[in-house]
Amino acid sequence: MGVSKIWVLAEATGGNVATITLELLAKARELADTVECVYGGDASGIAATLGAHGASKVYATGDLGGSLAGVSLATALAAAIGGGNAPDAIFLGTTQDGRDVAGRLSVKLDAPVITNVVDLVERDGALVGVEPIFGGTQNVLTKFTSAKPAIFLIRPKSFAAEESGGAAAAVEALAVGDTGAAGAAKIVNRHVEEKSGPQLDEAAVVVAGGRGLGDSANYQLIEDLAKALGGAPGASRAIVDAGWVPYSYQVGQTGKVVKPNVYIAAGISGATQHLVGMKGSKHIIAVNKDPEAPIFSVADLGIVGDVHKVLPKLLEALQSR
Amino acid sequence: MNVVVCVKQIPDPADPGALDPESKTLKRDGKLILDESDSYGVEMALQLAGDSGEVTLVSMAPNGEVSGLRTALAMGAAKAVLVSDDALKGSDALTTAKVLAKAIERAGSYDLILAATESSDGYTGTVPEQIAEVLGLPSVTFAKAVTIDGTTVKVDRQTEAGYDEVTCPLPALVSVTAGVVEPRYPSFKGIMAAKSKPVDQVTVADLGLDAANVGWAGAGQEIIEVAQAEARQAGEVIEDDGEAFNRVVGFLSDLKII
Ligand SMILES: Cc1cc2nc3c(=O)[nH]c(=O)nc-3n(C[C@H](O)[C@H](O)[C@H](O)COP(=O)(O)OP(=O)(O)OC[C@H]3O[C@@H](n4cnc5c(N)ncnc54)[C@H](O)[C@@H]3O)c2cc1C
Ligand SMILES: Nc1ncnc2c1ncn2[C@@H]1O[C@H](COP(=O)(O)O)[C@@H](O)[C@H]1O
Repeated sequence: MGVSKIWVLAEATGGNVATITLELLAKARELADTVECVYGGDASGIAATLGAHGASKVYATGDLGGSLAGVSLATALAAAIGGGNAPDAIFLGTTQDGRDVAGRLSVKLDAPVITNVVDLVERDGALVGVEPIFGGTQNVLTKFTSAKPAIFLIRPKSFAAEESGGAAAAVEALAVGDTGAAGAAKIVNRHVEEKSGPQLDEAAVVVAGGRGLGDSANYQLIEDLAKALGGAPGASRAIVDAGWVPYSYQVGQTGKVVKPNVYIAAGISGATQHLVGMKGSKHIIAVNKDPEAPIFSVADLGIVGDVHKVLPKLLEALQSR
Repeated sequence: MNVVVCVKQIPDPADPGALDPESKTLKRDGKLILDESDSYGVEMALQLAGDSGEVTLVSMAPNGEVSGLRTALAMGAAKAVLVSDDALKGSDALTTAKVLAKAIERAGSYDLILAATESSDGYTGTVPEQIAEVLGLPSVTFAKAVTIDGTTVKVDRQTEAGYDEVTCPLPALVSVTAGVVEPRYPSFKGIMAAKSKPVDQVTVADLGLDAANVGWAGAGQEIIEVAQAEARQAGEVIEDDGEAFNRVVGFLSDLKII
C-alpha cells in the first residue's frame, strides 16, 4: 500500500513561510506521491513558495480574525477528514501552533500523536516515527497501531529544506465551521521582537552563553563575539529563565534547534536538554572551567578555562584581524 | 477564583533515566518528585486564586505516589485528586488527557485549569490542549504572563516571532512556560500542613472509565524498536594557558569562517 498522501501544516509570519514548513515539505515529498498543505489564514501570498517546495495544493481557512490556529484548524481538518478527504499522515512542526493543532485534532479523531519526531521511516507500508531519548543517545521507533491519518509532531531542523521547482500550490478553501466555546480565545495584539543580524536557527555561526558567564552584563561579550563572526547569539535556558536574554535566544529541547557550521558554547554545562538542540552542529567549540562538564563530550575543540579570560582575548583577536 | 493545576510526578531528572526492557517505556517505579515545570503552574494558581479561591491539584501517577503532590500542597494548594491504577500503565498522551479531564471534573467547580507547556520526562507537549478539547474549553498555550480581569483571562502567549496578547473567557485552560512566575519554596509550616491536606485517590473505575480503553490496551501507538543513536565523538580538550584563544582563532580560520 505505502504512503500516498501527506498533509503538511504550513506556518508563516508576515508572508514568509516558516523554515520548518519547508523542511517538512522536503521530507513529505520523499515519502508520498501527493503532498498538500493546510493553513490557518489567507494563503494567497504563500502559495508560490509552498508550490516551489512540492505542495500541489493548500487548503486554507482564510483570515482567522484573531482566532487561534489550533482550535480553528483542528475543527476544519476534522470536518474535512470526516467528509472523506483523509491523508495517510499529517506532518506538523513542534511549534506553538503545531502542538495546538495536533492536540485538538487528536481528540477530535480519537487518534494519538507521535511527538518529538526527528526522522520518519517506512515499515511494512506504514510510517514510523523516530524519536531521540536520553539527550539523543538512543532512538525510539514508534508506530501507530490503527489510527489514520497518522499525526506526527516533528522537530525543527530534522530535514533540509529544498526546492522542487513546482508551480504555485492551488489554493482551496477550507471551511472552519463552528468552533463553539472552545474557539473563544482571541488574539488582540501581536508583538514582534526586533532583532538584527542572522536568525538564530539559520545562522552559520552561533555563539551561545550560559550561567558560567556569571552576570547578565557579561552577555554583551557573547553578542560582540557573534557579531564579529557574522553569527547569532544564543543561550542556555538557565539564563533565559534568569531574564538575561529573551526566550527567542534559547537553544535546546524547549528552545530552538540549531545546526550551524560552528557552535561556540561558553559557560554552558551541556545538560541533555541543551545538547538535543545543538548536537547536530557541524563543529562545536566549548569553553568551560570544569573539565568534567558534559559539553566537552560533544566538542571538537574543548577549552578548560575561564570565560572571563578566554572570551575577551578571543574577541580582541577577532576584531584586530 | 478556583484553579485546578495538573501536576505530573516524575522520576528525579538528576537520576539517569532507564527504559523498562519489556515495555520499552520510561521506568517510573522509583520515588517520584514534582515536575519542576509544574511548580510554575502551582505558583501561578496560588497567586491567581488569592484568598477567596482554592487551588486543587490533579495528578495521574503509578503506585499511589504522593511525594510530588505533597510538595505542591506544601506550597499552598488546598487538596488533590490522584488517579492511580495499574490499568493505566502504558497510557499515551491522549489517554492521559482523557483521564485527567475526568479527574478535573471530579475536583469540583473551577474557573481556570493550569498545566505546564511540556513535562520534563514525557515532553509530548500535547496533554494540556488535549484536556481542553476533551472538556470543550477554550485554551491558551505557552503563556509567559497570565492575569485575570473579571471573567476573562489575559495571556501573553509566546510565539516564534515574539508574543501575542490573547484574551479568553473563563472557564479556560492555560499552559504556562517556565519563568511565568518565580515558584515559592514550601515553608516549614507549609510542609507540616501538607501532611494533613486531603488527597482523593481514585481508580479508573471510580472515574467511570473502562480499563479496556486505557493503558496498553487503549494506546494507539506502539514502540517497535529502541536503537543506539550515532554518538558524536569528543575532540581535543586543552587547558587554557592564557593562549587557548589562539586555538579557537586557528580553528575558525581553518574553517574559513574568518
Ligand atoms: C523539561 C526541561 C526542558 C529544558 N529545556 C532546555 C533547553 O531548551 N535549553 C537549555 O539550555 N536547557 C534546558 N533545560 C535546562 C537544562 O537542564 C539545564 O538546567 C540548563 O541547560 C543549564 O544551563 P547552563 O549550562 O547555562 O547552566 P549550568 O548548568 O549552571 O552550567 C554553568 C556552567 O558554567 C561553567 N562555569 C561557571 N563559571 C565559569 C567560568 N567563569 N568560566 C567558564 N565556565 C564557567 C560551570 O562549570 C558549568 O558547567 C531544560 C530542563 C528541563 C527540565
Ligand atoms: N500524568 C500526569 N498527571 C498530571 N498532569 C500531567 C500528567 N501528564 C501531563 N500532565 C500535564 O500536562 C503537561 C504537559 O505534559 P506533556 O504533554 O506530557 O508534555 C505537564 O507539564 C502537566 O502539567
